[in-house]
Amino acid sequence: MSSNDESLRVLVAKVGLDGHDRGVKVVARLLRDAGIEVIYTGLFQTPETVAAAAVDEDVDVVGLSMLSGAHMTLAPLVVKAIRDRGSDIPVVLGGIVPNQDVEELTAVGIAAVLGPGAPADQVVEVVRRVAAARA
Amino acid sequence: MNTPRQQWQQAYDESRLREGPFQTMSGIPLEPVYGPEDGEFPGQYPYARGPYASMYRSKLWTMRMFAGFGTAIDTNRRFKEIIKAGGDGLSTAFDMPTLLGLDSDDPMSLGEVGRCGVAIDTLADMRDLFADIDLGGITTSMTINSPAAVMLAMFVAQAENAGVPRAKLGGTLQNDILKEYQAQKEFVFPPRQSMRLVRDTVAFTAAEMPRWHSISISGYHIREAGSTAAEELAFTLANGFAYVELARQAGLPVDSFAPRLSFFFNAHIDFFEEIAKYRAARRIWARWLKERYGATNERSMQLRFHTQTAGVSLTAQQPEVNIVRTAIEALAGVLGGTQSLHTNSMDEALALPTEKAARIALRTQQVIAYETNVAHVADPLGGSYFVESLTDEMERRAEEIFAAIDEMGRGSMLEGCIAGIEENWFQGRIADSAYELERNFNRGERVVVGVNRFLEGNDDDDLAILKITNEDEGKQRARLSKVRTDRNDEAVRDALDRLAKDAVDPEVNLMPALIEASQAYVTVGEMMNTMAGVFGRHVEVPTI
Repeated sequence: MSSNDESLRVLVAKVGLDGHDRGVKVVARLLRDAGIEVIYTGLFQTPETVAAAAVDEDVDVVGLSMLSGAHMTLAPLVVKAIRDRGSDIPVVLGGIVPNQDVEELTAVGIAAVLGPGAPADQVVEVVRRVAAARA
Repeated sequence: MNTPRQQWQQAYDESRLREGPFQTMSGIPLEPVYGPEDGEFPGQYPYARGPYASMYRSKLWTMRMFAGFGTAIDTNRRFKEIIKAGGDGLSTAFDMPTLLGLDSDDPMSLGEVGRCGVAIDTLADMRDLFADIDLGGITTSMTINSPAAVMLAMFVAQAENAGVPRAKLGGTLQNDILKEYQAQKEFVFPPRQSMRLVRDTVAFTAAEMPRWHSISISGYHIREAGSTAAEELAFTLANGFAYVELARQAGLPVDSFAPRLSFFFNAHIDFFEEIAKYRAARRIWARWLKERYGATNERSMQLRFHTQTAGVSLTAQQPEVNIVRTAIEALAGVLGGTQSLHTNSMDEALALPTEKAARIALRTQQVIAYETNVAHVADPLGGSYFVESLTDEMERRAEEIFAAIDEMGRGSMLEGCIAGIEENWFQGRIADSAYELERNFNRGERVVVGVNRFLEGNDDDDLAILKITNEDEGKQRARLSKVRTDRNDEAVRDALDRLAKDAVDPEVNLMPALIEASQAYVTVGEMMNTMAGVFGRHVEVPTI
C-alpha cells in the first residue's frame, strides 16, 4: 500500500440522517485539488454501506463528515463494520465534534478528528499522515 | 393628490403605537421615518423600506427562539418556561428521524432520536408536546418539511381533541420542500410528489385555517449550505414564485393564499450586504406578485420575514467571540426590517446550546431592542447612497438568476425550480460558492478571527457544553411501543388503506386522510411509508 498521492484514494461519507453536506463537499474538493482521488458515498449511508464501499473500493482512508451530534454512536460503528470485514482502513472524522469527545473516539479506533475550522492544509496533511501510518 | 409622505403620514396616524418616548439618549426627538416629500416610504409599494408604515413603533420584532429536544414531555416543559418568561410564540425543532418521516424505532434512527430536536411519532407525542398550552392563544411554528402535511394533520387533530377548532389555530409550517432538494437535503419523496403535498396543505389552510402561515419560504438553509447572498435571495424568491404558480394551477386565486406566505432569511456577517438583501427581497416580491401574478391585495405583495443569525459564521475557537458576531448579524436583521428573529448561541459550533448560552443570545436581541434606540426609526439606512446602490445591485443579480430559472422552465418558475433541482443546477451552484468561500479563507483573503488570524487564546477553551445522552432514545422507543400495543389495529389499517387510495388520485387533497390517520394513532413512519409506496422515494445522485 503506497502513501504516494498519485495513488492515494479516499472515501468521503455521510452516515445516518444528517443531510448537511457542505462540509463533505468542500473537503472532497480540497482533497481532489491536492491530487488525491476522492469517492463520495452520497447521503444517508449506514455504517455497513460505508464499510462495504471502503473495502470494495480498496481506499486508503475513510473520511466521515458529521454534524448532528450522532458521531459518538455512529462513528465507532463505522470503524467496527470495517474491522469486521477484516480491513484496517483508517477512519478520520470531521465536523461538529467537541474536543471533549476526541479521547473516547480515539479509544474506539478513530484515527484522527478534524474539528470545525480546520484549514485545508491540515485536512490534507492529516489524510496523508493517517494513510502513511497504515502503510 | 397626496404626496407619498402625506400618504405615509395618514397610514402612520392610523397605526396603533408603542409607548415612547421616541428620542435619542440625549433627548433629540426622532421622526418615525426620514425622507423627501416625494420619496419612498415604508408601507408603500414596492415596500423596499418595510411592509408597514409604522414598523417597530407599532410592534417590535418577535423574539422567537427555536426549541426542541428529547421526548415531547421534555420539550413541553421547555415551552412552558418560554411562555412564563414572556415568549409570545413557540417554535418547534424536530429531531432528524421526524424530519425524515422515520419512527423512533426505525433502525436508521439509531443515535438521532431526540438529539437535534423533539421526537414525534404519533398523536400521543403531539398531545404531550402541547399539554396545558392554549393553542388558540399562542402561535406555533413548526420547522418541518418532507412530513409537513403529516405534522400539520397531527397538530390539527391534537388541537381539536383539546377543544380548539382549526380555524382558531395560528402559526407557521415551514413546508418549503424545494430548498430541501437544493440545500438542506432532508427529502423523502421525489420533487413533484412532494409539491402535491405542499399544494394540499396550501389549499387546506387557505380554506380552513385563516390564521395559519402555510409556507415559510426559506433562504436560511441555502445560505448555510454555502450560497452567496444574491443566490440566497434569488433562489428563495424563485421558490416562492414556484409555490405561487403551484397554488394558482390548483385553481386558488393568488390573493387567497399569498398573504399567508412568509419568508425566512439568513443574517450573515457582511453587514450592509445583508441589509441590502432584505430591502431588495421586499421590492422584488412586491413587483413580481403584482406584475407577473396579478395580485391586488397589498398583503399579497408585502414580504414579511423571519431572520436567523448565521450558524456557519460561528467558530469553535474562542467561542465567546460568537456573541459579538451574532450581535452584529442580529442588528443587520433589525435594520433590514425583520418581523421576527432568532439569535444563535455562542456554543453552537460545538453542540446544542446550554441554557446560559441561549439566554445570552436572547439578551443580545433585548439590548438591540431596548438599549440602542435603533428601532425608533423605520429603515434608518434608506437613502444612503451606498445602501441604495447595493440594494439595486442585489436586485439586478437576483433578476439575472430568475431569468436563468425561467429559461430552464420555459417560462414557468415552477418548472424551472424543479428542472434546476433535477439537473443539480442549484446544488452545483451552491457547492461552487461554498468552495470559493473556503478557498478565499484558505488563501487568507477572508479573515475569520480566531481561526486564520488572531489565534492567541485558542487554547483556553473551557466552555461548558450541553451533553445529550442516549437515554432519551430508549425512553421514546418505549413510549412508541406502548402506543403500538394500545391502539386499535383495525382503525390503523383502515386509515392507511384510505391514505393509499387517496394518494393514488392526484386530484384528491390528502389532508383529511392524514387527519383521520393521526386520530387512529398511525405513526409518522407508517403514513410516510404508505405515501412512499405510491409516490416513490427521491435519491440524490452524489456529486462533489
